[in-house]
Amino acid sequence: MARIDLDLAHAYGLKPQQDSDYALLPLKMSFENGGAYALLGPSGCGKTTMLNLMSGLLQPSQGAVHFDGQDVTRAPPQQRNIAQVFQFPVIYDTMTVAENLGFPLRNRKMPAEQIRKRVGEIAEMLDLSGQLNHRASGLAADAKQKISLGRGLVRSDVSAVLFDEPLTVIDPHLKWQLRRKLKQIHRELKLTLVYVTHDQVEALTFAQQVVVMTRGRAVQMGTAAQLFERPSHTFVGHFIGSPGMNFLPAQMGPQGLQVCGKALALNALQGDLPHGDLKLGIRPEYVRCAGSSFEGALPMQVQQVQDVGTHFIVTASLQGQVFKARLAMMAEPFAVGSTVWCQVLNDKSCFYRNEEIVA
Amino acid sequence: MSASNKPVNQKAWFLILPVLVCVAFSAILPLMTVVNYSVQDIISPERRVFVGTEWFVAIMRDEELHGALLRQITFSLAVLLIEIPLGIALALSMPAQGWRASVVLVVVSLSLLIPWNVVGTIWQIFGRSDIGLMGAALQGLGIEYSYTGNAAHAWLTVLLMDVWHWTPLVALLGYAGLRSIPDAYYQAASIDGASKLAVFWYVQLPKMRGVLMIAVLLRFMDSFMIYTEPFVLTGGGPGNATTFLSQFLTQKAVGQFDLGPAAAFSLIYFLIILLMCFVLFNWMQRVGTQAKEGDHA
Repeated sequence: MARIDLDLAHAYGLKPQQDSDYALLPLKMSFENGGAYALLGPSGCGKTTMLNLMSGLLQPSQGAVHFDGQDVTRAPPQQRNIAQVFQFPVIYDTMTVAENLGFPLRNRKMPAEQIRKRVGEIAEMLDLSGQLNHRASGLAADAKQKISLGRGLVRSDVSAVLFDEPLTVIDPHLKWQLRRKLKQIHRELKLTLVYVTHDQVEALTFAQQVVVMTRGRAVQMGTAAQLFERPSHTFVGHFIGSPGMNFLPAQMGPQGLQVCGKALALNALQGDLPHGDLKLGIRPEYVRCAGSSFEGALPMQVQQVQDVGTHFIVTASLQGQVFKARLAMMAEPFAVGSTVWCQVLNDKSCFYRNEEIVA
Repeated sequence: MSASNKPVNQKAWFLILPVLVCVAFSAILPLMTVVNYSVQDIISPERRVFVGTEWFVAIMRDEELHGALLRQITFSLAVLLIEIPLGIALALSMPAQGWRASVVLVVVSLSLLIPWNVVGTIWQIFGRSDIGLMGAALQGLGIEYSYTGNAAHAWLTVLLMDVWHWTPLVALLGYAGLRSIPDAYYQAASIDGASKLAVFWYVQLPKMRGVLMIAVLLRFMDSFMIYTEPFVLTGGGPGNATTFLSQFLTQKAVGQFDLGPAAAFSLIYFLIILLMCFVLFNWMQRVGTQAKEGDHA
C-alpha cells in the first residue's frame, strides 16, 4: 500500500508543440493510501494513459511518479508492486482457473501452500470456487473477466489496484454485484483502488474521490457532492448529472448582472462577480418553475415535457438556448408552446469565465 | 419440424454438376488411371493382365523402398525438429514495427521466392569444395567436406538446404501469429510479474498454436514429398544416401518403366501422407481442446 503522487505530462509523439499533442497535459495529483478513486471522462480523454503511467506500462515523457515519496518513474511494472485489470479479459489459455489466479503469486515465488490458500479465498470472493479446476479458455466472457479481476486482487501486499473499465464486458445485473463486491473488498483489504470508467454512475457509486478528465486534462477532483454542487469547470457540469448542467450567457457590468440580455438582481452572496462576459450554470435539479414571474426567473418557451416516472424533465428555450428543468411530479404539467418562468439565479447558481468557475 | 417442411427439389443436383465434372476430370479420373495401372500388368498396349494386389505386395517387400521410406521419415522429422523451433526463434527476434520490420520481412522471405531447382543449383555451387563458398571454407578449415562422396555430408547438406529454404515460412507464420496477440496480454503478464520465459510459455506459444499447426502440416507435407532440390543437388546419391520417396518413385516409374509397382506405390504414398496429416492435425487439435471437454464433464 502506498500513496501515489503524480507530477507529470505525457505525449505519445516525440516533440509535443501544442496542447493537443499531449495525451495528458501537465498535472499534479495525489492518491492517498487506502482511498478509492475513479477517473471519469469520455473516450480518449487520457484516463487509461494516466493509469498506465501509474502502473509503469508507460513512462511519462516529462515529470515523475512517486510511490510513498520514492521515485519510481523509470521502474517497470514488475518492480512497482501494482496490480492492474484491463478492459477486456486477459487469461492464460493453457492454465486452469486456479493456475490463472495464482500466476502473479507463482511469479513472485510464494510457497505453493500459501498460493492455494490465497487463490481459494479470492475464488470464494468472486464465486469462482466451483470452476477452479476448469481450463480458463473454455469459460464465458464474464467469468474470464472475473478471473482477471481475481488476478488483480490476489496479491494482498500491492501498492494499488488499477481497474481500466473492467466491467465493460459484464452483464448489467452482474455489474452491480461485482461493483458491490469491489467496494466490499476495498473496505476489507484497505487497498488503494483506482477505477477508470466513462460511466458516471459507476464512478460516483464506487469512488470516494472522482477525477473528471477531458482532453488530457484533469479538470476536477472531488467527492460526488462536490462535483454535483460546484463543478469547477463547465465540462464537469455537462458530464456529471443527467441531464447535465444548464449554461446561459451572462454579462456583469456597472448596472449589474444581465442573463440572456435580461437584468437580474443578485443576492448578497453573489455581489462580487468579476465584470465582463460570464456563463451562468445551474443544475436542472435546482431550477424552479412557475407560470408567472418571480425572483431570479426568466420567461421561456416550453418545447418538450418528458415524464420519466418519478419526475418531469421540461425542455424550454430562451433565445435559442436550450434549458432543462427537472421538476417533481405535478398534477398539470406545462403545456408545450406555453411560456414558463424558470428560476436561473438562486444560491445554487455558479458562474464561469473561460470555462473555469469564478463564483 | 422444419426439415420435413422443406420442399424437396431434386433439380438442385444439376447445380453441382459443373463442379462434379471439373473434379472428375481434374482429380478423380487421373487418380483412377493410377489405380488402373496398379492392379494390371501391362505387357503391351494390347495385352494386359489383371494381377490383383500383386504389385502392392511386391513393392511393400522391396528393400530399396524400405530404405527410402526410413530415410524419408528421418528427414521429415529432422526438418520439423529444426525448422519449427528455429522459425519460432526467428519470429520472436524480428522487430514488430517500423522500417526495420519491413526490411527484415523482405530479407527473411527472400529464400521463399527462389524456384526450387534454382535452390538446388545454388547449394550445389555453394557446397563445391573448389569454387563454393561453404565447401571451400570447410576445406580451408581442414574438413574433408564432399557432398558427392560422403553420405553423411550429402545428407546434412540436403537438410541444411531445406532449413535454409523453408525456415522463413515458419518464421513468417509465427510472426503473423505473434502480431495478432493484443497488447493487453503483454501488459497483464508484465503486471503479473511474468518472466520473459513465462510470457513465451503462457502467452506467445499458446497464441501461436493455430499458425504453428499450419506450419507443421505444411512443412511435413512438403518435406515428405521433397524431390527437386535433392535431385539437383545430389541426384539421390552418393549411392542411395539421399534418395527420398519421390525420387525412388520417379526412378521406378520413369527410369525403369515399372508402371505397375510405381502406381501401387503412388497410392500407398498418397495414403501415408493423408494418414500422417490426419494424425498430426488431430493430435494438435486435441492439445488445445482437451480441457474444454473437461469443462462440460
